[in-house]
Amino acid sequence: MIERSLHEMAQALAHKEISSVELTGLYLERIARHNPLLNAFITVDAERSLAQARQADERLARGAQSALTGIPIAHKDIFCARDWRTTCGSKMLGNFVSPYDASVIERFQAAGAVLLGKTNMDEFAMGSSNETSFYGPVRNPWDSTCVPGGSSGGSAAAVAARLSPAATGTDTGGSIRQPAALCGLSGMKPTYGVISRYGMIAFASSLDQAGPLARSAADCALLLNTMAGFDERDSTSLDRPPEDYTRELPSDGGTQPLRGIRIGLPEEFFAGGCDQEVMQLVEQAIAEYRKLGAETVALSLPNMRLSVAAYYVIAPAEASSNLARFDGVRYGYRAPEYDDLNEMYSRTRAQGFGAEVKRRILIGTYVLSHGYYDAYYRQAQRIRRLIAQDFAAAFRQCDVIVGPTSPSTAFKLGEKAADPVQMYLSDIYTIAVNLAGLPGLSIPCGFARGLPAGLQLIGNYFREARLLNVAHRYQQVTHWHQARPDAFA
Amino acid sequence: MSLTLEQVRRVAHLARIEISDAEAESTLGHLNDIFALIEEMQAVDTQGIEPMAHAQDLAQRLRADQVVVADQMARRNAFQAIAPETEAGLYLVPKVIE
Repeated sequence: MIERSLHEMAQALAHKEISSVELTGLYLERIARHNPLLNAFITVDAERSLAQARQADERLARGAQSALTGIPIAHKDIFCARDWRTTCGSKMLGNFVSPYDASVIERFQAAGAVLLGKTNMDEFAMGSSNETSFYGPVRNPWDSTCVPGGSSGGSAAAVAARLSPAATGTDTGGSIRQPAALCGLSGMKPTYGVISRYGMIAFASSLDQAGPLARSAADCALLLNTMAGFDERDSTSLDRPPEDYTRELPSDGGTQPLRGIRIGLPEEFFAGGCDQEVMQLVEQAIAEYRKLGAETVALSLPNMRLSVAAYYVIAPAEASSNLARFDGVRYGYRAPEYDDLNEMYSRTRAQGFGAEVKRRILIGTYVLSHGYYDAYYRQAQRIRRLIAQDFAAAFRQCDVIVGPTSPSTAFKLGEKAADPVQMYLSDIYTIAVNLAGLPGLSIPCGFARGLPAGLQLIGNYFREARLLNVAHRYQQVTHWHQARPDAFA
Repeated sequence: MSLTLEQVRRVAHLARIEISDAEAESTLGHLNDIFALIEEMQAVDTQGIEPMAHAQDLAQRLRADQVVVADQMARRNAFQAIAPETEAGLYLVPKVIE
């Protein structure tokens, strides 16, 4: 059962081959068995999940199900879920039991999906290895001495180890795509504005976007159908007609189903700086795409090399503003001892935030401060424009851009934790996509030294369905996405 | 460019994060590494380029200035139940005005 697609699981539920209570119980057992090693979940509440599963079974019995009714889904602990502890990986929110549901959670509830638990993550989504979590690092199911990537590392580890059929994540600079790559999963960040940010704890509001982490592009499409849609409570939510993201996933299409598709290969993705074995796997995937009928186009994104620099001004600037709300007044942690209001604020924040979060708040505060605003923040915003223009020019020549997701496979726990700059550079291929607001997807494309590598596909605005189609075509003729780590049979 | 210890302390104060001398020292090293990375931007001529704040060109949506929550008291109670300290519907903080 655990190897079935979400669609097959839904069919098994509809045909009474298994109940939602049984399916949920199966995953809860796997969590109980494997989570002590992996630390993929921060909060599990079996009773609450099983109660939801019973409701789903009633709905299935009435024949009133939707595509995800009765299927357990794990949620990154950045999504507020009513009556669930929602920590965002921080001590600051260690005691925060949310009084309301995020839009994403509401949508899964309405679909009848079961909330399987809240997954571990880098603190406030700031990290690329899951090591900044106050609740301890997550281990990679493919090699437990390695990181799963981040910041959605708990969600990725949970799905890779089959502790959940699928999960949600958020992606501000690569936080869905990079852990998907490092854990051998399919993970998508849609166009900015497609999924509501309401109830999703904010890191960098102009970049944050939710998305699915799953075992295939087809599963991602199904999840996106539930997650996407207009929400007036998010001022940047886009009011567009609903789409069926599975519409371009046909089962056959002849021997060259991608004939007419132009795949752009930016020289900056292939200019070195990437692990050679990972690069070979990416080249093999491109060869596979040529066999499927796609043509490739050489192009350039000349300003992409500046994306990490611009990002580490813009994201911390927005974070320093967003995280000002954590002051010990209305919710979350408050320092036990203080003499006055200022001391209450500054001790609460000193004790409640971890080192990486503090670093980013300090960077953000500095670049927004008087005298530095133009040199840093304004300059970063102008470079952001240049990067977006590079993509716009590229998409006049191609339909999809392809390259590596991450410059390496999963690295060792502790390997980069002491060096923030090295950690930041692990997102070198993903950050530009967030700055431009484009949709991006990572799919597994093979193994280097036993660890999964990711192929990144980037589409033009609102071309999620096309992107999923291109990923799905590859998954129809390859089997990397079906690989499972041996220890989690 | 590199920051001074005094600038780190000042920024920490602006951000309302208490910082010890030892922390300020180690933070200074990390911040200078990060700013060395950020400096790459400075060599680029961006004259005449419009700053980009957002991925989509959106006009801010407006709504009527009306109360839309039906069960206001229940909502207030739910939100205040998780606060560190409240009284009579108010959030309590240390006295600010003598």
